[in-house]
Amino acid sequence: MGADPSVMLFGLDVDDHKAIIGTTRGLVEKYGRERVFGTPLSEDAMTGVAIGAALSGIRPIHVHIRMDFLMLAMNQLVNVAAKSRYMFGGQESLPMVVRAMIGKSWGQGAQHSQSLYSFFMHVPGLKVVAPTTPYDAKGCLISAIRDNDPVMYVEHRLLHYQKGPVPTEPFTVPAGKARITNAGDDVTLVGISYMQVECLRASKYLLETGISAEVIDPIWLNPLDIDTIAESVRKTGRLLVVDNDWLSCGAGAEIITQVLEQVPDRHIQVGRMGFAQCTCPPAPSLEELFYPNARTVAARAFDLVRDNAVTWIPEERADLQEVEFKGPF
Amino acid sequence: MNIKKVYRELFRIRRVEEEIARIYPSDKIKSPVHLSIGQEAVSVAVCEALVPGDIVFGTYRSHALYLAKGGDLRAMFAEMYGKVTGCARGKGGSMHLVDIPAGFMGTSAVVGTTIANAVGYAYGLKLQSKPHIVASFFGDGAVDEGAFYESLNFAHLKQVPLIFICENNGYAIHTPQSARQRDVNLCDRVGAYGIPATRIESGDVFEIHRHVQEAADALRSGQPGPFFFECLTYRWKEHVGPNDDFDAGYRSREEAQAWMANDQVRLAGEKLSDPERMEVEQNVEAEIAAAIAFAENSSFPGASELTTDVYEESEQDGPDDFVWRGDTGGHGSGDGRGPIRDAIWSGC
Ligand SMILES: Cc1ncc(C[n+]2csc(CCOP(=O)(O)OP(=O)(O)O)c2C)c(N)n1
Ligand SMILES: [Mg+2]
Repeated sequence: MGADPSVMLFGLDVDDHKAIIGTTRGLVEKYGRERVFGTPLSEDAMTGVAIGAALSGIRPIHVHIRMDFLMLAMNQLVNVAAKSRYMFGGQESLPMVVRAMIGKSWGQGAQHSQSLYSFFMHVPGLKVVAPTTPYDAKGCLISAIRDNDPVMYVEHRLLHYQKGPVPTEPFTVPAGKARITNAGDDVTLVGISYMQVECLRASKYLLETGISAEVIDPIWLNPLDIDTIAESVRKTGRLLVVDNDWLSCGAGAEIITQVLEQVPDRHIQVGRMGFAQCTCPPAPSLEELFYPNARTVAARAFDLVRDNAVTWIPEERADLQEVEFKGPF
Repeated sequence: MNIKKVYRELFRIRRVEEEIARIYPSDKIKSPVHLSIGQEAVSVAVCEALVPGDIVFGTYRSHALYLAKGGDLRAMFAEMYGKVTGCARGKGGSMHLVDIPAGFMGTSAVVGTTIANAVGYAYGLKLQSKPHIVASFFGDGAVDEGAFYESLNFAHLKQVPLIFICENNGYAIHTPQSARQRDVNLCDRVGAYGIPATRIESGDVFEIHRHVQEAADALRSGQPGPFFFECLTYRWKEHVGPNDDFDAGYRSREEAQAWMANDQVRLAGEKLSDPERMEVEQNVEAEIAAAIAFAENSSFPGASELTTDVYEESEQDGPDDFVWRGDTGGHGSGDGRGPIRDAIWSGC
């Protein structure tokens, strides 16, 4: 916002004292109420406003504290934002960012826990990014702001407290590149959004059994860096995608299919993990079962590597357990 | 308003759409057409109050608005034909006309959607201190949509330089307004938001223009927007397609008679002398014939067009800052300066 006066940020409660978990703190004071403002509770029209503003030369950032609320904005996102460049023969550009927060339920249940980014991956014309480290969170956000197409920027609330190196000066992380976050030989783990953390933990558990897992963070779900994942699978022969979402028609289905299309080896073994195929329950006993975690991921990867010959699930380790954030938000 | 110019605009739109209806059965037009025949006066009246640099947003029924705002006629016919020379390179069709240089923003086939876009554009103009104004066109069906009310509220909240134009032709497809809204006075509803709202019943191009010109002048002199006008009008043809449909049972020819007697195209023409009128008509006919020939002679988009314009074409592998981020491991134990929420803040 400092570098480009055309950047504007708005959304429900971006200007209150909580400042969207601090992510918008002080922006009103610094850039003024015209460029930074809280909105009426009108997700549909405000998404339309973002689009119209983008057409007029503004670069809007529209903030939503829950992905669930974006269901009220689907028309504008899918029918207008995604389509405009194409259906107007390349004449319209929509440089807009939609920040959409997702999270584990913390008991908030059915309508405050959904990820749903696969809805947006499905639609040509939208980009989708789900960074998992501070470095990528900043670099991808700046990329998204500078991008001339609509970008869905997915933030997982548990990750908001994740620490890591991040340069103070502006920099970009380009769209469509994945990172290998742990090198390994026996199995490829692709962890999406918060499940990246669980995959990294799982790789540590797996070391106990002598299995070395290559962990990949796709970062961008569209454009998707399938080459990096396929390259890894060529080496390991096994692919487990751990999604922070339901499995059916999800990011995991997409990634596995694209890898299998690209790597013509019928011996490759694949697996998917994600939400249980039910609505997210608030009861801790059920919620625990609803999500994959490092131990269940490790167990599944072990099965893949050992051809289900023996089963194993690691003992819980305190050093791999730390959770940086608890509710109530 | 210059009567000759008004007649030219009205007559031109009427004749373009009559030509579309004439050509349509040949199946050369590859697009569902929602004709504005009978409704021309609203677009012409409003656009006469606009200046270059002002912006309009419309709907799938926007042939009249496109032409009244100065959209390129040849590119319009070519778009109907699905040709690469079309205003959207054959990727839009009749429902998605666009002419950015003319200030005609791309139109939507989803009822109500461009209302919010127009409000956002007007907000953007204000934010950038640009002197222009926006007109947002939609039908009486669009006011059933929630987005309409959300848009009214935000437009009023931010006092954007915008004029809402509801073209009330009495029907959403085949459903009359009375079957969708009980005892409605639309202007009362809009007025409840604090927006000045005026209903214009005559369909008269000069009356509509007078009202809208006043609103436009007010906005240009810095008065807060928006303004709202409900313009009664009547669609002569079927909802979509080139035919009459008075035998379909949902409306009667008698109902149409009053509007046809009030035909603004004919009435404007009658204000001109015969030679003046004929000069206008000959020029328009020649222009239309040339535009149709242009569309006929243009090529369809080549195969390479299929997947272009989905995203901005960019050099994916340009210089990048994609450096290795170190072994942060995702465990919160990195030696970095802060958590992700601070990184997002800093990114903003
Ligand atoms: C959101 C949405 N719902 C339904 C439709 C189907 N539809 C197309 S035109 C139309 C009627 C709209 O009526 P109105 O706004 O009065 O415009 P008119 O066609 O009379 O110009 C409907 C319901 C649509 N295109 N979009
Ligand atoms: Mg109507």
